[in-house]
Amino acid sequence: MRLKTFPGGIHPHDEKHYSAAAAISEFPPPARVQIHLSQHIGAPSAPIVAVGDEVKKGQKIAEATGFVSIPAHASISGKVSKIAKMLHPTGISSLAIEILSDGKNEMIELIDDPNYLELDIAEMKERIGAAGICGMGGAGFPTLVKLSPPEGTKIDTVILNGVECEPYLTSDYRLMLERGQEIIQGLKLIMKIVGARQGVIGIEANKPDAIASMEKLVASEKNIFVQPLKLRYPQGAEKQLIFAATRRKVPAGGLPMAVGVVVQNVATAFAIYEAIRYKKPLIERVISVTGKVVNKPMNLLAPIGTLFSELLDYCGGAKEAVGKAISGGPMMGFALPSLEAGMSKGSSGLVLFDEKAAHKMQEHNCIRCSRCVDVCPMNLIPTIIANAVKYKNLDEAVNAGLNDCIKCGSCAYVCPAQIPLVQYIDTGKIRYAEEQRKSK
Amino acid sequence: MKDKYLVSAAPHVHDGSSIKNVMWNVVLALVPALVFAVYYWGLRALMLSLTGALSAVIAEALIQKWRKVPITVHDGSAFLTGLLLAFNIHVGAPIWLPMVGAVFAIGVGKQVFGGLGNNPVNPALLGRAFLLASWPTRMTAGWVAAKGGAISGINNLSRIATDLPSLSPKAYELLTGATPLNVAKTLRDTSFVAEINAKAGGLELGSRILSSLTEMETLKSLFWGNIGGCIGEVSAFALLLGAAYLLVRNIIEWRIPLFYIGTVFVLSFFFGGIGENGTSLMLPFFHIFAGGLLLGAFFMATDYTTTPYTKTGRIIFGIGCGLLTIVIRLVGGYPEGVSYSILLMNVFTPLIDKLTMPKSFGKVKK
Repeated sequence: MRLKTFPGGIHPHDEKHYSAAAAISEFPPPARVQIHLSQHIGAPSAPIVAVGDEVKKGQKIAEATGFVSIPAHASISGKVSKIAKMLHPTGISSLAIEILSDGKNEMIELIDDPNYLELDIAEMKERIGAAGICGMGGAGFPTLVKLSPPEGTKIDTVILNGVECEPYLTSDYRLMLERGQEIIQGLKLIMKIVGARQGVIGIEANKPDAIASMEKLVASEKNIFVQPLKLRYPQGAEKQLIFAATRRKVPAGGLPMAVGVVVQNVATAFAIYEAIRYKKPLIERVISVTGKVVNKPMNLLAPIGTLFSELLDYCGGAKEAVGKAISGGPMMGFALPSLEAGMSKGSSGLVLFDEKAAHKMQEHNCIRCSRCVDVCPMNLIPTIIANAVKYKNLDEAVNAGLNDCIKCGSCAYVCPAQIPLVQYIDTGKIRYAEEQRKSK
Repeated sequence: MKDKYLVSAAPHVHDGSSIKNVMWNVVLALVPALVFAVYYWGLRALMLSLTGALSAVIAEALIQKWRKVPITVHDGSAFLTGLLLAFNIHVGAPIWLPMVGAVFAIGVGKQVFGGLGNNPVNPALLGRAFLLASWPTRMTAGWVAAKGGAISGINNLSRIATDLPSLSPKAYELLTGATPLNVAKTLRDTSFVAEINAKAGGLELGSRILSSLTEMETLKSLFWGNIGGCIGEVSAFALLLGAAYLLVRNIIEWRIPLFYIGTVFVLSFFFGGIGENGTSLMLPFFHIFAGGLLLGAFFMATDYTTTPYTKTGRIIFGIGCGLLTIVIRLVGGYPEGVSYSILLMNVFTPLIDKLTMPKSFGKVKK
């Protein structure tokens, strides 16, 4: 099949070789976990346990506080030791529940529903909501909300995001190779829920074995196919993926449903499958621990809330001094001040840089080379927006498309003047949101 | 608590490019042209080029010192400006010419506006325009033929001159000291052509010269560069070599050069012919290889700072440069129009950008 893609974008070194060959291995139950109450976009979950409470693995410990919110569950059995602010995978400090293991790893009872594909849609949604699933590709939008478009919205296509365009990360890749059947069951469930007639699995051409294996699995399916995509960042961004796979353009400021599409990450599809078939809450996920300095880069199936420091120890620690620790991928991930943070439902990777790779950029004058213009997947002129933010001219920034920016970072990646373009733009987005709040 | 690791906002990786890298790569891409110039005219070509480049570097360093801003001459941009300026001067020029031009280019063309990234027009071309306005004869007379070639690129032209008695000064100049574009320009004067035809006693000399301009042999000379001209512009081959390097390394973008040269190609095909020597497919090649078009299109019209950043804008810019170049060459007062075309289009750049602002991905046209 001809490879499809989207306009703009960049080709960073994919660096997936460190961990690509490492089969998913199960991380042994950790001595403690820190489960954050804000692992998703929307209102934080509210704790329903108190310090000192005994909890089982899979037990709900915090509940959703509104429609755009999700519950959280214990990922090990043990005792609640602390409900306080702890280091979040985005590098900030945020409220979390700490559980100390009792060593028993006792799990709540799960079911195995043989008719899981034939369930009532309301029941399917109920189970997804109860499992506390949010998008596992990074943004963390509550999945139930995404699967509940307003009355009258017609969805004809579900796209599974198996692009994994961030350099280094291999967790989705391994999941597709090792849990392909389950992912496809998840896709079928999503298609049922939204009433879509076709399912597309988008995978980039640098993962030929994942493409081949998924193609084999869907060979007998009439309405599901694999769409191989040309290697290009940020193809995993929702609007870019939709365009690459279907040629449909999501309107600026609009949602995928406007063009009849719902996008879900492959890991999310896997979680949906487990939630509906087994009523299993989202308490573990695959995370890539990788980078040049990691002794034994691995893809670990680890309980949510496991500390990054313990993940690294399990991978044999670091060969040399770590200069930068990134939660997520190097293009959009967050630099952590230390590894004492509990991984969240959106933690697809822990990438470690040596000290040489962790240098600060020296910003120069913009020389108007237009490279940022040529790579911007949203067809913006990043340097105009960044400059407007720099000189505190928010109106001009908004006019130039501040709110259309998807923060993929391609502009900053290619800038020869090494201007932190996307960082300025992000600052502008935050300031704009503050202004909007104030004026209300 | 002190952070254990470096904390900074994403992205955490960069493609490794830098301004320094860009500028020195462009300098590197100009080396073939310099090598050809040295081969054709000896070390004087090198000396003039280095004089231009080093004068620009020294001027920039001194001005930055005086402005009390960081001295950034190691980034190569001043060196490049000075080198390009010298490339626009012919080898017979006195050594102070590139010096004065480079100082003007850096001082008035660049530092006055705040330095790199802020200049409205190409500093090297502004320097050249300044020299041309101040010392027109020094800039346009005294062309020296390249080793193994004639100034005009027509090999037997000067031999004809010595055979002919009583030539007017204009005719003598045409036959002995004119560059290819000068020859083309002079021959557009039909009454003059009639006059030398008459003097040459039925030899139809004017028409013969005209047709030899687009002969394969002449085009070959233009391609390799063994003609008369400015230091850096003569060898189309060397410039194309450098341009290919810049395109492959993604340092310049294809839109401006393609539309610039494409426009010149099309317009010269339709309008470049004279009298009964109508158009021919050789004519566009003459206009592309002669003069400073390739140097301008690949190395100066692609200057980042002074050209549009929108993609459509770059197309308009290229077409505008091509149009103006041909208008000046065919109708204007100068034989060559590349540098003024680019300068003029530089001035239009902010307007072009404003008119060609792209719509965000997914934005519906209002």
